[in-house]
Amino acid sequence: MNPDGGIGAAVPRREDPRLLAGRGQYGSDLRLPRMLSAAFVRSPHPHARIKAVRARGIRAYTAVDLRDVGSIAPRWDGDGFRPTAQRPLAEGVVRYVGEPVAVVLGSSRYEAEDLADRVEVEYEPLPPVPDLATALRPEGPRLHPDNILYRAAFAHGDVDSAVRAAPILLPVTIRSSRCTAAPLEGRAVTAWHDGRALCVWTGTQVPSLIRTALARCLGLPHHAVRVLVPDTGGGFGQKMHLYPEEVVLSWLAVRLGVPVQWVEDRRESLVASTQAREEEVEVLLAARRDGTLLGLRARIVADVGAYHVFPTTAALEPLGAAQILPGPYRVDHYAYEVLAVATTKAPTGAYRGVGMTVGVLAMERAMDMLAERCGLDPVDVRRRNLVPESAFPYRQASGLLYDAGACQEALDAVCRVADYAGLRAAQRSARSAGRRLGLGVACYVEYTGLGSATFRRRGMTEIPGHEAASVRVDPDGTVRVALSFPSQGQGHETTMAQLVADVLRLPLDRIAVEPVDTQSGPHGSGTFASRSSVAGAGAVLAAASRIRDRAAAIAGALLEASPQDIEWATSRLFVRGAPSRSVAFQDVAEAAYRLPPGGAIAPGLEAVEYFDPPPATFSSAAHLAVVEVDSETGAVRVLAYYVAEDCGRLINPLIVRGQLLGGIAQGIGEALLEHVVYDERAQPVTTTFMDYLLPLATDMPPDVREVHVGRPSDRPGGFRGMGEGGAIAAPAAIANAVADALGVQVTRLPLRPEDVLHLLDPGA
Amino acid sequence: MSTRERRIRITVNGQPREIEVETRKTLADALREDLGLTGTHLGCEHGVCGACTVLLDGRPARSCLLLAVQADGHEVQTVESLGTPEDLHPIQRAFTEHHALQCGFCTPGILMSTLWFLRETPRPSREEIREMLSGHLCRCTGYLQILDAIEAASRSLAESGT
Repeated sequence: MNPDGGIGAAVPRREDPRLLAGRGQYGSDLRLPRMLSAAFVRSPHPHARIKAVRARGIRAYTAVDLRDVGSIAPRWDGDGFRPTAQRPLAEGVVRYVGEPVAVVLGSSRYEAEDLADRVEVEYEPLPPVPDLATALRPEGPRLHPDNILYRAAFAHGDVDSAVRAAPILLPVTIRSSRCTAAPLEGRAVTAWHDGRALCVWTGTQVPSLIRTALARCLGLPHHAVRVLVPDTGGGFGQKMHLYPEEVVLSWLAVRLGVPVQWVEDRRESLVASTQAREEEVEVLLAARRDGTLLGLRARIVADVGAYHVFPTTAALEPLGAAQILPGPYRVDHYAYEVLAVATTKAPTGAYRGVGMTVGVLAMERAMDMLAERCGLDPVDVRRRNLVPESAFPYRQASGLLYDAGACQEALDAVCRVADYAGLRAAQRSARSAGRRLGLGVACYVEYTGLGSATFRRRGMTEIPGHEAASVRVDPDGTVRVALSFPSQGQGHETTMAQLVADVLRLPLDRIAVEPVDTQSGPHGSGTFASRSSVAGAGAVLAAASRIRDRAAAIAGALLEASPQDIEWATSRLFVRGAPSRSVAFQDVAEAAYRLPPGGAIAPGLEAVEYFDPPPATFSSAAHLAVVEVDSETGAVRVLAYYVAEDCGRLINPLIVRGQLLGGIAQGIGEALLEHVVYDERAQPVTTTFMDYLLPLATDMPPDVREVHVGRPSDRPGGFRGMGEGGAIAAPAAIANAVADALGVQVTRLPLRPEDVLHLLDPGA
Repeated sequence: MSTRERRIRITVNGQPREIEVETRKTLADALREDLGLTGTHLGCEHGVCGACTVLLDGRPARSCLLLAVQADGHEVQTVESLGTPEDLHPIQRAFTEHHALQCGFCTPGILMSTLWFLRETPRPSREEIREMLSGHLCRCTGYLQILDAIEAASRSLAESGT
């Protein structure tokens, strides 16, 4: 560990002081001269034909005005994909409540909303498609020529034979709820053509991809579109999509020549930003009587809402769930079928843990049921099936190549720190006192830091897979770092500076990580899928290393020594074996721009590096939740929570813990509270934070005990991604714990009090 | 459409201010737009999330649920009244030391509630802190590091006697 703030140091974050002092600059804080506010007129119908838009003397822009603007239509390379094209403003037909139909501008948001109220849209309602059953009915209503937007099938080994030969067959269907990321800051878009380029300030996770998409939609060259990412109040996957509002605001800015701004309100966020998860997962486990898995079959049907989203498409969630389903267990025969099905609900997209959360939920619930069938403890059935340490790297039946997997070690560790045997004893004595305690275990492996090969293999052609960083040393010896991947709260200003500090042996305060701006920063994929500490860090380390080599060459010239003989101390370079022959890093930097005579030094001290990581490096963990269920009220309380995790080497333990806790909180929310509800007419019901419940401080366990196991990855720096793990395993761990407490089968989330009471007394 | 305007006087962070606002304008929007105090954030605009919490005459209030005209003649304290980035208030310092913020969007409201809470309850139990914090939504942190920070802040404030 570098105590000065390099890799491994638990240093407070560099971004904190300005955020704490109220000096953050979030999207809605931006004010430009002559700026107008936009308000959208949105569909109140889940499915309807637009007969007429009457603006009654107001200038309202509709699909007619935007006819030359491209659609939101992500591309895909492969079979089974049926494209959709969402118009930035609905044309002819609306397909979910909240779909933008028209936009108006006012001098303030108050005025714009007043004007929007005066726009009258005449609709002819069409039959809603509120659920999978309706969508898949042969004669049912269609949103698109076919409601099935994506279909895939895969088989490895011979599942049929495994099933025929297996003495135990365990069929189970797991239903996950529809969730939404609900970042505390909604989306906000400000667009302005400054005479040179269209400038778009948006809190996106994928600025390079948004630039490409906006350029494509508006027919502009890339250099004429500049995406700038302000401070961003959480993303969690939801902000990695191109949204109609971004396209419309960009078009307005080009057309009108004045700055325009739109700030999403909470209702818009809850009905018109992407939602997530809603899937039915049918699993068939084939096993020996001793609980050893023989084969696995799955059918995953996702209710993906009205359209494919850019860049990930509707395949993202169900395909991810299918690929991760066998998880950390030895499965020789595996087959899956995946369907993404359109309904008249908001489009679904990425949300922390995407695919994996539901895959892990289904598999871990099934493993608990298998344990019960075989008369085994849930921990023992897992130990029996986990891929042994000696088998890595391991080619799973899903086709994924696990570079590592520390579940065996993690499970042992989590049982040890939690005193699993002691907890079981406490559970028995609580039960005899009439209290329902439950223990829930969940293991997972997580693909992190995906590279281009994975996105190509999946068919996701819109995502390049690399990240990039530029490191520039200014003449005073301070360092500027520009990244292709913005932060939504993960703390890149600190962690990425720690990497540079480590390589260049500089104090952290000499390094500034700049806000992401596609005009000045390099091209990359963005911040999602636990990739920053692998793909992003790889680029930063490579760029910093090139600076190190250049600086050593300059120091060598200044000290009249060979660059190979230059060694580094904090802020100084010296000649090996002769520490008195040294030069300050600052003087090296100055020499790069104020060239000493003799021509031994070439000017400049900067480097840009791109990094396309190998397919994936795997994080893994075991989680253990202890819950108590109040059988009178149905309330579930999380009493204790334990995690043993392999995320490789840590850059900043404070931030790692923060990511873990935040993920667990979202997992607790998904397990116990969160549910985007649409009624039988596909009308959204959960449109405020009084209906869509996020976890509170009082919903968290008093503490989360965290242990790190495993070993560094073989990626640069030895890191593995860890932004999602908490959210991947917590729903499964909590669901298993509730099932354990109640002694009944839990097959759907969320487990709100009313759901728990129903489980206790299905007749009530 | 109501566009009636009224001139109001508010003492904001100790400074007397006079602004002309539409009667329908929320206090939050007046602070952000008319007074340039964008540290107060709007997370839900219906009084649930607590991000917009300010102190009104020394007590926490959701500035999204108040009209600016209701604050006429009153004192308002926002996050900008605490420390500066170079000289943080002890509560802010505890927040950074304990990594009690990630995206930072909900943080100003939590800081203002904490400022009031620690005046009222200088030696709070962990349970009391949890109860107070349950009036705020944070989507990033999972709250535990915020509990740690507020606990630490209560100790450092008690020691320094402020």
